[in-house]
Amino acid sequence: MVKFSQKFNTFKRVVRTGATNFVRNAWLAMAAMAVMVVTLTIILFSLVASATFNNTIAQITSKINISVYLKDSVTEEQRTVLMDGLRKLPNVKEVGFVSKDQALAEYKAANANNPGLLQALNETSNPLPASVKVLPNDPSRIQDIKNFLDKPNNVALLDPQAGTSYSGDRKAAIDKITHATNVLQRIGFAAVLIFAVISMLIIFNTIQMAIFNRRDELTIMRLLGATTWYIRGPFVVESIIYGVISAVLSILIIDAVFITASSALQASSLGLLDIGYANTYFHHKFWILLTMQLTIGIVIGAVSSIIATRRYLKFKTSK
Amino acid sequence: MILLDRVTKTYNRKSTALDRISVHVEAKEFVIVVGQSGAGKTTLLRLLTREEKPTSGKIVIGGVDYDKLKDKDIPLLRRKIGVVFQDFKLLPNKNVFENVAFALEIVGMSNREIKHTVPRVLDIVNLKGKEKNMPYELSGGERQRVAIARAIVRQPKILIADEPTGNLDPKHAWDVIRVLEKINRYGTTVLLTTHNQEIVNRLKRRVITISHGKIASDRASANYKV
Repeated sequence: MVKFSQKFNTFKRVVRTGATNFVRNAWLAMAAMAVMVVTLTIILFSLVASATFNNTIAQITSKINISVYLKDSVTEEQRTVLMDGLRKLPNVKEVGFVSKDQALAEYKAANANNPGLLQALNETSNPLPASVKVLPNDPSRIQDIKNFLDKPNNVALLDPQAGTSYSGDRKAAIDKITHATNVLQRIGFAAVLIFAVISMLIIFNTIQMAIFNRRDELTIMRLLGATTWYIRGPFVVESIIYGVISAVLSILIIDAVFITASSALQASSLGLLDIGYANTYFHHKFWILLTMQLTIGIVIGAVSSIIATRRYLKFKTSK
Repeated sequence: MILLDRVTKTYNRKSTALDRISVHVEAKEFVIVVGQSGAGKTTLLRLLTREEKPTSGKIVIGGVDYDKLKDKDIPLLRRKIGVVFQDFKLLPNKNVFENVAFALEIVGMSNREIKHTVPRVLDIVNLKGKEKNMPYELSGGERQRVAIARAIVRQPKILIADEPTGNLDPKHAWDVIRVLEKINRYGTTVLLTTHNQEIVNRLKRRVITISHGKIASDRASANYKV
């Protein structure tokens, strides 16, 4: 039975040899790491971008509501029946009431820097209608709310001049962003896959060359009775180091992008995206993202080196 | 210690490297295997170190039946057999101490034990004081003695030396042979292959002659004849 201390000594040696080989192969490792950095940066970028898009959608969605303007003649009882009816609809999240006085106060507040307009308002009786605000669960499916309001006994309560506002322009924006998010996610996913495969192939190649360079040493190790893992271990350790360094670099690159290019990104997104949110998201989730990047980097390095050593180191006795 | 029973090795239908070889070597014996190039000496040794499998026949070394040996147990087997090669197979970028220590690192020995063990073995092969030398700074005979130190540092029961003197001049060849004899006196079974007639004649040990894949003669103390 192999003693624990022996196993521990062996483990230490495997790690140390891997680190030494990494330093020796630094130039050879450059290509492997460069493409791995690209892969991990794309993964990170896709993730932050998609979080930002989703946040933008959520923000816009939360602002969408339906304003139902009521005739001045509508009684409190009629209004309660209407609001209760709306509350029963499955897609309705919230129903609120804005009285004529509240509407006037909000209007005045919004136009506080327009004394002429305020003066005119004061001289007439309150021209603004009272309204019921409906907040839908899903702003893209408000047809049932429309149908409800279009019932003749409900139409009779509505202010014919003001009309019902469905925030239609915002819906178009949401659809655009949703579409863009989907496209971006697909492109990101494809790019991640392609670059992950490329980085694995380059790691294969790097390890194949390292094995070729050290073939005499590996033969001697085998003849002296080194176990499979004693021989393979350093290659796996070396590739894991590529993964760790690449993960850290990808985080630094994205961080640098936010530090230097936030304002440029904000401008180029035409105000549609909240780059500030992307930045907050990135820094808020920094440790989770770093852990994720490290995990992906380590997995790519370990898997490709295990396959490469299996492929290029011959462990079987020839028959 | 070493038992071969009707061992045959064929690489393809036309060439038979070894043809029903049966050999029995007792513990602590010193056996010389001679034969012309291509006679099958190296194949025989490669079968013993499990670099190759026999086509048929039975091999038992130190109680280990090779038929029952799994691939994953081969490293453990090789740790019990010391092997020395004609071309030394030292690691060129490691010094003498590190080359010998390498065999101990593989089996997970601690650095403290390694520091204790390696100098003692270098003393046995008469290389005390050369610890820091690189292989290219050594003569052929010294290099081969480093290789022997590496082969015996784990105290194997069997030492296999495949033409260890093949690349050496007579003086250095004898340095190596004397070290092998010394190791044998300490109780290790030694299996030596050689071309060198003088060595065979002067050693006066058991000689197994292989010719065309068969055992041509097996004598307790023989002279060289091919």
